[in-house]
Amino acid sequence: MLLIEIKPNMCDFCGCCVGVCPEDAIELEEAHIEIIESRCTNCAKCVWSCPFDVLVFNKPPKKERAAA
Amino acid sequence: MKDKYDVVVVGAGPAGSITAMYAARGGCSVLLMEKDRDIGMPVRCGEAVGKDGLNGVIEIRPEWIAATINRFRLVAPDGAVVEPDIGGTGYVLERRVFDYDLAMAAVEAGADVVTKAYVNGLWKESVNGQERIVGVTYTWKGIPRKVRGAVIVGADGVESRVGKWAGIDTTTDFRDMECCAQMTLAGVHMEENACEFHFGSRWAPQGYLWVFPKRHGMVNVGVGISGMAAKTRKPMYILEEFIKERFPRAGVLTTVAGGVPCVDTLREIVKNNVVLVGDAARQVNPVSGGGIAGAMQAGKIAGEVIAGAVASGDMAELEDYPRRWEKLRGARNRTYYRMKKAVFNLSDETLNSIASSVLKLPREKQTIWGVFRTALVKRPSLILEMARTFGLKERE
Ligand SMILES: Cc1cc2nc3c(=O)[nH]c(=O)nc-3n(C[C@H](O)[C@H](O)[C@H](O)COP(=O)(O)OP(=O)(O)OC[C@H]3O[C@@H](n4cnc5c(N)ncnc54)[C@H](O)[C@@H]3O)c2cc1C
Ligand code: SF4
Ligand code: SF4
Repeated sequence: MLLIEIKPNMCDFCGCCVGVCPEDAIELEEAHIEIIESRCTNCAKCVWSCPFDVLVFNKPPKKERAAA
Repeated sequence: MKDKYDVVVVGAGPAGSITAMYAARGGCSVLLMEKDRDIGMPVRCGEAVGKDGLNGVIEIRPEWIAATINRFRLVAPDGAVVEPDIGGTGYVLERRVFDYDLAMAAVEAGADVVTKAYVNGLWKESVNGQERIVGVTYTWKGIPRKVRGAVIVGADGVESRVGKWAGIDTTTDFRDMECCAQMTLAGVHMEENACEFHFGSRWAPQGYLWVFPKRHGMVNVGVGISGMAAKTRKPMYILEEFIKERFPRAGVLTTVAGGVPCVDTLREIVKNNVVLVGDAARQVNPVSGGGIAGAMQAGKIAGEVIAGAVASGDMAELEDYPRRWEKLRGARNRTYYRMKKAVFNLSDETLNSIASSVLKLPREKQTIWGVFRTALVKRPSLILEMARTFGLKERE
């Protein structure tokens, strides 16, 4: 389950998050950003490095956490 | 545009354009591909570069220069200001003109250039039972396409993925990524010959804040902090606070985000027929975060080496590129990377006491070297760091 959320209309398409993503899970075009769910491990490194506060890490719901 | 080239270059920043230019001058057919609609835009850069950095790569044109710099103004956390002479000349560039001209120089040398071409993978084919990279896949205005290239150059900047697709680990540890926000302001009146830097936990934890002058009251003001610091404080908010305090009446002409990989060069910058150049290869100066000069110097070497390999048909010749880079800047950048780790963790107290000691030196000794020597005295552990870098053998 993808836990990273992209806040709408805030991204500057700078590529900082792509540079730190260990999984090559971010697709970044001129004016389009997308996280590829199948590759993302929810490590949150992209969230930490975003200069503009665009990305949010949503804590998983309780029952998912218990399952993990 | 053809469907087959000797060299396909991904990314039309300084690294890509210079590589394309030198490869084309060396007789290769070259395609330079850029995902954005406008080369060089937006400018995610403070635009400062040392004059020496461009020497031997390209002749500097007056229209590229927004300001000529001969002094630094270093501001300690307590506000003390040290103003060392930089012992040379620096420039603040006008990259919207500069990047265009570099791409034009590639075209003049014979390269084809295409914009709105988003490269999304490497084109792999099985040749004699072995998987080989024969080109790139891309979308052009949304339409999927392919183009062949004997050599593929990843000059795709901090967000580089070409290396990963070729099997090179290009990920930058988030602690080494300098996460930046920058605004270009108008209506600011400051001396045009000095670049200003602010250090310390308030404005730039594990990094620095810069104010670089341009012409006619324009300045680039930006903050770059480690990903570790950006975890809790976003550069954008720090920058807004600084501008509110320091330049409350300025107009904002541009606002951008950006990332600078402040690490030493990747262990692998050539793999088979794939070559990485510039930010994609992590060829930034890890202390200053300056990457324009390195990208261009590496681009020149890469372009020349690629032209030689294409002419002879022997891709093993590409290995000359990492060797030449290592000699020119690679080894030095590894030293700088270690220095960065020591310097970025200096406390506000140490930074303040370095500044106050430097200010007690006679004016002629208040040089960059003077600042550095004082830092060594204040923090003897830095000497150990230096000894390790310069004297002792690498242990890893
Ligand atoms: C805020 C900030 C301030 C800086 N200040 C300075 C400074 O003052 N001095 C200095 O020397 N350096 C500075 N730098 C660093 C400098 O900007 C870079 O090192 C330099 O631009 C690197 O050049 P490059 O050609 O390698 O990459 P870039 O200039 O980033 O060019 C890469 C190009 O590749 C394109 N691209 C990426 N992916 C694809 C794809 N999949 N398909 C097609 N095209 C693609 C991009 O759109 C881009 O145009 C700064 C960086 C930042 C972020
Ligand atoms: S780091 Fe932030 S602003 Fe930059 S591309 Fe990623 S999400 Fe967008
Ligand atoms: S959470 Fe980790 S894996 Fe997922 S996109 Fe962000 S950096 Fe990549």
